Amino acid sequence: MNLGPHADFIIAAYAVTVFVVAAVIAWVVVDYSAQRRILGDLEERGVTRRSQRKG
Amino acid sequence: MAVIDLANPTRFLTLVNRVLPWLVAATCILFAVGLFGAMNAPDDYRQGATVKIMFLHVPAAWLGMFGWALMSVAALGTLVWRHPLADVAGKAAAPVGAAFTFICLITGSLWGRPTWGTYWVWDARLTSMLVLLLLYLGVLALYWTAEEPGRGARAAAILSLVGAVNLPIIKFSVDWWNTLHQPASVFRMGGSTIDSALLKPLLITAIAFTLLFVTLHLAIMRNEILRRRVRSMRLMQAQELAEAT
Repeated sequence: MNLGPHADFIIAAYAVTVFVVAAVIAWVVVDYSAQRRILGDLEERGVTRRSQRKG
Repeated sequence: MAVIDLANPTRFLTLVNRVLPWLVAATCILFAVGLFGAMNAPDDYRQGATVKIMFLHVPAAWLGMFGWALMSVAALGTLVWRHPLADVAGKAAAPVGAAFTFICLITGSLWGRPTWGTYWVWDARLTSMLVLLLLYLGVLALYWTAEEPGRGARAAAILSLVGAVNLPIIKFSVDWWNTLHQPASVFRMGGSTIDSALLKPLLITAIAFTLLFVTLHLAIMRNEILRRRVRSMRLMQAQELAEAT
């Protein structure tokens, strides 16, 4: 595949896109595991939500 | 599961956990097919190989605008029906829409330098797209800095509705003003002006990016629901401690 005289611009465009998408995915994955961990800690300490309480 | 059941956050989470793996797989497959087509597509007779930037730039532009349209619909749900999931949907769309708008501006700039001879011009299309990015940053600031989430959500919903005025300006800027940016070439009266050898991989990458948007949006909605549960549990814990002392 020959990208011609403007290969740098094409490669930079793809690199920026991959970087931004990877950063968003990493943030989502890290945030998900953090929220799960905090929820687990709270449940272990016996803290419940109002909707989970009986009576 | 009836559609109305999805208004319940717990049922919504069950559905998201079920569909996310399938969405991730479908997104990866479509990206593999789309990027293979994009890399093997012929050069444009005027743009040369820089036409390959179009496979990123065009879907990113569409999804940047789609994200704001989604936020505007969610804003109605927040302000009119005061549904908590509507606010979750609006808040989750903002970072994804901002990311795609940023990609659109950067890739457009990298395409513009070899094609137009400049990274940036203050023409109506480019400027209105930059305004969209600034609006996204404004909404994110409202969500992330509000001390009381409900107040932040209402302010962000109002800004989402006001900012929707920018969407037709972006779309029709190339028709209303004399711009360096070319007019619409895919969705236009009289059909697309792009050759099918380029149009086919463009549409496949556009579907792949759309699936990526949906996947990220649902995953961020799931995180936001969990974050609100954490907040609710911490408030309950603080209340109990206050009552005990």
